[in-house]
Formats: sequence, C-alpha cells, structure tokens
Amino acid sequence: MRSIRAAAVGAVTMSLALAASACGGGSSSGGGSNDSPKTLTYWASNQGASIAVDKKVLQPELDKFQKQTGIKVKLEVVPWSDLLNRILTATTSGQGPDVLNIGNTWSASLQATGALLPWDAKNFAKIGGRDRFVDSALGSTGAEGKDPAAVPLYSMAYALYYNKQIFADAGISKPPATWAELVADGKKIQAKGKSALGAEGSNLSENIHHVFVFAKQHGADFFTADGKADFTNDGVVTAVKQYVDLMAKDKVIPTGDAEYAQNQSVSDFAKGKQAMLLWQSAAANLKSQGMDASAYGIAPVPVQSGTPGTGTQVNSMVAGINLAVFKNSHNLDGATKFVKFMTSDEEQKILNTAYSSIPPVKAAQEDATFNSPSNAVLKDTLAKSAAALPQVADESQFETAVGTAVKDLFADAAAGRAITTDSVKSALEKAQQQMPAK
Amino acid sequence: MVIGIVMSFKELTQFYIRDWGTAPWSGLSNYRVSVDFDAPVGQALLHSFFVTVAFTLLSVGLCWLIGTAAAVYMQDTFAGRGLLRALFLVPYALPVYAAVITWVFMFQHDNGLVNHVLHDQLHLTGKPSFWLIGDNSFYALLTVSVWKGWPFAFLIVMAGLQNIPRELYEAAALDGAGMWQQIRRITLPSLRPVNQVLVLVLFLWTFNDFNTPYVLFGKSAPEAADLISVHIYQASFVTWNFGTGSAMSVLLLLFLLVVTGVYLALTSRGRRTGDV
Repeated sequence: MRSIRAAAVGAVTMSLALAASACGGGSSSGGGSNDSPKTLTYWASNQGASIAVDKKVLQPELDKFQKQTGIKVKLEVVPWSDLLNRILTATTSGQGPDVLNIGNTWSASLQATGALLPWDAKNFAKIGGRDRFVDSALGSTGAEGKDPAAVPLYSMAYALYYNKQIFADAGISKPPATWAELVADGKKIQAKGKSALGAEGSNLSENIHHVFVFAKQHGADFFTADGKADFTNDGVVTAVKQYVDLMAKDKVIPTGDAEYAQNQSVSDFAKGKQAMLLWQSAAANLKSQGMDASAYGIAPVPVQSGTPGTGTQVNSMVAGINLAVFKNSHNLDGATKFVKFMTSDEEQKILNTAYSSIPPVKAAQEDATFNSPSNAVLKDTLAKSAAALPQVADESQFETAVGTAVKDLFADAAAGRAITTDSVKSALEKAQQQMPAK
Repeated sequence: MVIGIVMSFKELTQFYIRDWGTAPWSGLSNYRVSVDFDAPVGQALLHSFFVTVAFTLLSVGLCWLIGTAAAVYMQDTFAGRGLLRALFLVPYALPVYAAVITWVFMFQHDNGLVNHVLHDQLHLTGKPSFWLIGDNSFYALLTVSVWKGWPFAFLIVMAGLQNIPRELYEAAALDGAGMWQQIRRITLPSLRPVNQVLVLVLFLWTFNDFNTPYVLFGKSAPEAADLISVHIYQASFVTWNFGTGSAMSVLLLLFLLVVTGVYLALTSRGRRTGDV
C-alpha cells in the first residue's frame, strides 16, 4: 500500500512537473544560409474573409512566382489569433518560415528579438530600393534610426462606414465630420430604432487603435520621447475617457458591444442593424457578408473640430501588413526574390485589389483602381492624416496592458458603473505598472 | 522541467528569446517581483491566486456533490437508466473547445440563450446581464467548469458503488436504517478511498485548467475570473516576459506539490485510524 501511494505521489509530481515546464524551448542556431534554394515557406496573415479566400487569392500568384524562378513556395495562412505566438515560437526555436507577414505595429517588438532580416540599403537595393515605398508605410517598419525589420506589403486606414438608407431615414444629409456631430446624428438614428455606432469592446487591438487616435487628437502620446510609458498624462486620460464615453455618456455605442471581440460589430453593420462603423479597409469584409457596396458610404473618421490633417487632426493609425524575412532562413536569396516579387508593381495591384487595401508602393498606388471614391478616402487618410503607432520595443505589451484597461472600462460602462476621470486614470495607472521596468 | 526552472532565474524578455542561453541571469528578481504583494505584479498574482482557490473549491465541491448524488440515484434500476447514464457523460465526452465555444454563444449578452431564459422568459433580472465580462464572469466560468467536470465524478463514484456489497444495505434496511442513514453509514465510508483520489484529481485538473477560461474569455480574462493558468500565460506570452512567467509557474508547482503532499498525508492518516 505504502509503495503504491509513493508511486502515486511520484506520478502526480512528474505530471505536474511536465505540465509546468511544457513551455521550454531550444536555443536557435546561428544565421541563415542558401542550403535549400528551391523551396520557401511563407506564412501569410489572414487578410480575406476566411483562410480559404486567402489561399484562393495567393496560390495563383505563388504559382506565377514558381514559373518565373523555379522556387516552390509552401503557403500557410495563419489566423490572427495565432500569428504572434507562432512567430514567437519560431523565434525561440529557430524553426520558422522563410518569409512571413507581420502586423506593422509589431515591427519594433519583433525587431528587438533579432529574428528578422534587417532591410539595410544593400537588401533594399535587391528589391528596387527604399524609394519605391510610401513614407507613411515605411514609418511602421521598425524603431526609428534602425534598419527596417520588414517591408510594407498592404496599407490600410480607418474610415467611417455609414449606412446610406439609415442616414436618409433619420434625415441626415451628410456623414459627421466631428465627434459632436457623430453623437448628435447618433441620437437621430436611435430615435428611428436603429443602433448608431459599433465597437469591439473586448478586442484589445481595436481598443488600442481607437484610443491612440483620440490621444493624438488631444495632443497626447502614450510614450515619452525617450520611449518610456506615460499612460496617465491628462491628454491620454481625456482621450480614453472620450472613447469609452461614446458608450457610457453619449450612449451611441450599445452596451452589448462591450463584449464584442470577433468582429460582431461588422456583422451588425452589414446586416443593417447599425448605422455606423469605424473600421480599416472593410470593403472586402462587408462584401463577403452580403452587403452591397452601394448600400454604404465611406467618410473620414471624425476629428474634434475642423478637417483631418496632421498633429491633433490625425484621424487614423497607419494600419497595414509588412513582409519580413526570417534570419534563420535556409534560402535567403530566394526569400529576397520572393519579397521583390510580392512588392512588384504588378503583384501589388493584384493583391491590394483583392484585399481592398492600398498599395504601399508608390507606382502601384497610381493605378486607377485605387482612385475610386471609396479608396480615395483611405488613400487620402494614409497620405495626410494617419500616424504610426509608437514604434517601441514594448509595443505589444502596450497593446495588451492598455487594451485590457479599455476593455475593463467598457465592461464597467456596460454594467452601468460611472466612468469618471479618476476611474479612467486608475485603470491606466494599473496598465502602466504592468509595463516592463526600464 | 529543468529548463523551466532555469528560465525562471533569467531575464528572459523579447530581447533574448532568440537565443535564450545568452539572457542575463537575474538571480531571484523574477521571484521577488512575483511575490512582492505590495507591487502591482505581485498583487495581481495574489488576486488571481485567491480567485483560483475560491473557484477550485467551489467547482470541485459542486462536481463531487452532483456527481455523487447522481451516481447514488442511478444505483436503483429503472426504465431509461442506461440512456440517462449515457446522457450524463456527454459533457465529459465532448471536445473541450467545441463545448466551451457553445457556452460562449449561450452566454452572449444580446442573443445568448442564458439571457433569453433568465431575462426574456423568467424575468429574473431587471435587464440582460453580461456573463463574459465584468463580475458575473466568475459564475459563468464556474457553471461551465462544473458542467464539464461532474460527469467524471459521476463515473468514478458509480464505479466505486459497484464494489459495495448489496447485503450491507439489506442488513441496514432490516435494522431500520433510512435512506440518509444508509448513505451516511455505508455509502460514504465505503467510497472513501475512491473519493480520496477523485477529489485530488479534480482539484489538480480544475486548478490548472487553462482551456475553459481561455476559450471563454480569450487572452485577457476579466478580473473576477482571472484564473492563475491564464494569468501566467498572459505574464509570459502576451507580455513576452518568459522569465517572470516561469518563476510564477515554479511557484505554482511548489504550491500544488505542498497541497498534494499535505492532502495525501492527511487523508491517509485519517484512513489508517479509520481502519483500526
């Protein structure tokens, strides 16, 4: 009996130990090489309405690349929920893809790991030079003063999508240009029994993107010039409060949106339940949900007053996807060729049309496709009134900490608790304390 | 395991994960950060720890109670017993992810079944409640956990009951013992060895459960339902601080070892004296 018990204790101990240390990792070995020049592995992010859509868009292009170069590209489309973890795992183990898509806001964080090939002048020369790309897109490719960790692939911007029919029914003749107008229009819409504005209250990244823009509009930043977290300055507190107040005080965002995290607000908009949506390059998404392009209009995201521009008139983040090369690649030359292919004028036109995004390549942007009225709003925003999220190594921690703070504030607002300057400030203070000490 | 412990002594942030052998040694500072309960990180860990303890005690207690009650009830033969038994085991047999995602839909504020029943049909709440965010999330988590866990208790107790000779009950009935007396004097003592293992296993599973809260709430759980497994995941993967995450894991491992040891020591001593 005693020995059985001892064995049982031993077994339990072992299983605990294994469970607790299951996340060990190996160390990576050295740099890249050209050992396997005939194949490449490519991790694409999920840009289309589904992973199947992405495969359908990308595969013909990869076949084209194979015809040109003889290099076979193995494609894997990784969902957003897994992408960052997969990249981290690849970084830790040294076993990763050759080429991969990254969210442009992660550039500086991933750059700090040293896992990505730096795009110095020599590497840029191989893909036609740095000048081919739009400046605003290059601003989101890594920390300032360092060689970019990736090159821009797709550019996106936020815009205000509005349902034309609901606006007409409520007697609104033009989309709101300021937040005050948006709230006033929201009241008219609610009087007609529709909900006014959608939000993804439990989606940390969405929260960050919005409060970042609000902070800009209040002349504030989340980081000091030397890269320290500064979440509790007055401008930031006012900005976060203004965003949460759209639900808490102005009541134009329904309380139910506080728990949205799977793009339910896009569905609400596509189904005609909700009049307005603040989203980045939503056209393809809305189409896949059965909303006809003629049913909605696209306007710039509102500002506090006046018209969108730089400084406090910023009304979008520079959203987009970058293409990076994994330093440990066994086909560095092939990987560079693939980046050249994907950023070529022709591929840029094809891919960005399929994903309703804007090409970050100047020559491709000139194409007539990207001059349609809807694309013009996005292009204009990117060119004139979009700002890059802080390019600091702690960016992904910032997204988690502040994104969670905003999520919790939305939860409070939904539960009917008061949102005050103090409650916002203390939530942000808690977020700041979670940031790594410098 | 050794790697995990080594990592807990290192300053393993994103700057070093590519080649973590080169990460600087940080001595005990990861531990100091984790257990400094005056500072935010330690405070959050402590909070998460208490939430987890409360959650585990309630969940294990309810799982055991419901499982045992159902098993005792199912001892008598009646029409449809086999069907009910099979039905009871469904939550245990379903894949965790599929089962929990169904609960997510049911708990939704606007279109969820739970609010439909509680609010629209029974009018128990003044307005629809939120289950996946805010304070109610604790009860949502508890519900799913008990729903998922009790069939296991049911299964084990049912097996245990098969070993109790029926003559014992017949003799007791002759002596005039009622239903409660029989359960208290015969069923529970006979189940003791089974319960000892059952409660321990349920405890460890529930305490370490990651899938349920992760699927219910995603990467950042609401404070009321911030279980320690997700908390550690967030400390390491989401904020990319694997050193502190490892230190927390090691602490958790030590805690569970202590609890397991004390539990086994206590229960087996109790049994030895009971045997005499």
